Amino acid sequence: MWEPLLLSFSLSLITTVILLLIGVPLAYRLSQSKSRWKPVYESLISLPMILPPSVLGFYLLIAFSPNNFFGKFLQEYFDIRLLFSFEGLIIASVIYSLPFMIHPIQAGFQNLSPSLKDAAYTLGISPRKTLLHILLPNIKPALLTGIVLTFAHTVGEFGVVMMIGGNIPGVTKVASLAIYDEVESMNYDAANFYSLVLLALSFLILFLLFVFNKKWKSKIY
Amino acid sequence: MFEIQLSKKLHSAQGDMLLDIDLKIPEKQFVSIYGKSGAGKTTLLKMLAGIVQPDKGSIVSGQEIWFNHNTNLSPQKRKIGFVFQDYALFPNMNVRENLEFVLTDKKNKNIVDELLEITSLTGLAQTSVTQLSGGQQQRVALARALVKQPELLLLDEPLSSLDHEMRWKLQDELIKIHKHFQLTTIMISHDTSEIYRLSDTVIKMDFGKIIQQGSPDELFHNNKVSGKVQITGQLISLSKNDVVYIAKILSGNNLMNVIITAEEAEKLSVGDTVLIVSKAFNPTVMKYNS
Repeated sequence: MWEPLLLSFSLSLITTVILLLIGVPLAYRLSQSKSRWKPVYESLISLPMILPPSVLGFYLLIAFSPNNFFGKFLQEYFDIRLLFSFEGLIIASVIYSLPFMIHPIQAGFQNLSPSLKDAAYTLGISPRKTLLHILLPNIKPALLTGIVLTFAHTVGEFGVVMMIGGNIPGVTKVASLAIYDEVESMNYDAANFYSLVLLALSFLILFLLFVFNKKWKSKIY
Repeated sequence: MFEIQLSKKLHSAQGDMLLDIDLKIPEKQFVSIYGKSGAGKTTLLKMLAGIVQPDKGSIVSGQEIWFNHNTNLSPQKRKIGFVFQDYALFPNMNVRENLEFVLTDKKNKNIVDELLEITSLTGLAQTSVTQLSGGQQQRVALARALVKQPELLLLDEPLSSLDHEMRWKLQDELIKIHKHFQLTTIMISHDTSEIYRLSDTVIKMDFGKIIQQGSPDELFHNNKVSGKVQITGQLISLSKNDVVYIAKILSGNNLMNVIITAEEAEKLSVGDTVLIVSKAFNPTVMKYNS
């Protein structure tokens, strides 16, 4: 009964951690970039927001397939099979939820006064130390927003996991798929159980987000 | 001696502009830069600090090359202190932490104590910087800029957002600090009295170039007029009253009404920067009680 929920939860947690590690440097780069290619990068990152999940799922399905170059390469050299596997879901989720991590953090960096970074550099503080000890602590609300949105968005993922997960119980059958399955087989009670848990969880997450952001804002400004 | 030769193409609101600077500053001088906004003053300071990269030129500090065609020291490696217009204090730290964070050798806490003492911040050491007044924040920014004991102190309109009394007090502190740490200081300012009090040399910039350079006396006194009292101000309004005109002139925070003749009024228009000169009488000067 709890298996699909736990699967959803661990998928979201792992995705969020990976995206946090990728997202902070990427968002920082973007916030500082004056490149004329910046709109191209930003469009690519934002693409999953408007792309139908089935489209993304379809191309990942093609890419992961052992019949094609990328899937074959992984299978032959690393013995990794991404199609219909939990690892495949993680990679798909990272791509799918990327904008939800990047956007708030990038906006957070852009809202900081540029002289904060400049001041740190003139004081002899290294770029790395400036990022970790000065810039990041001052965008806590943005970080939290990125984490929460990414987590919630990954829990709610349906189209992509449907296309590349294969709905295998205990491996890729996450809660959103389980709801669909239970409705298909007329088990409305089970569907209701999954739905209620997700509903409560979503509300709780957003509620905590607003509470914490309010607290931090009053502290910083 | 700081030898500065820099040029950079800037895209300003008034169109493209070539910032072209050739400047020598002897050590331990206090130099003020003034000029219209958009003249390139802040960009010049940022190029000295290494935050903005010049297109070409060189910056040499004594024997050390900070910038030329094949060297470009990072801001971290230049011996500078920079006080930004918005102070740029680290909001996640208290006053003492703002200073201590700069220390590379954590044992060397004496300098932090000394600086807190000099800037009368000792009592506020544990206070969050977000709770300080403008003047207090300014002093933290100044103290922090001195922690790594720079040779060159760069101040970008450090006192512009403070009230008159606080300005006066902090000007005293600036002189004290400039002398105590034997700094070479470059300050951007729009306040003539401030420039007068502090500077050895004044530089006037316009449209990316240095158009005048000299002592405050040389720059601010119009030597063609041999007046005993000279006040500069801005003409706010001009109104006719019978045969004479009344000119309302704002100098600093003081509004003055001056009676002028029709011939004088003809040469003036509202908004002009004007000089009030008194030749015939000795003015009375008395202590001002506010």
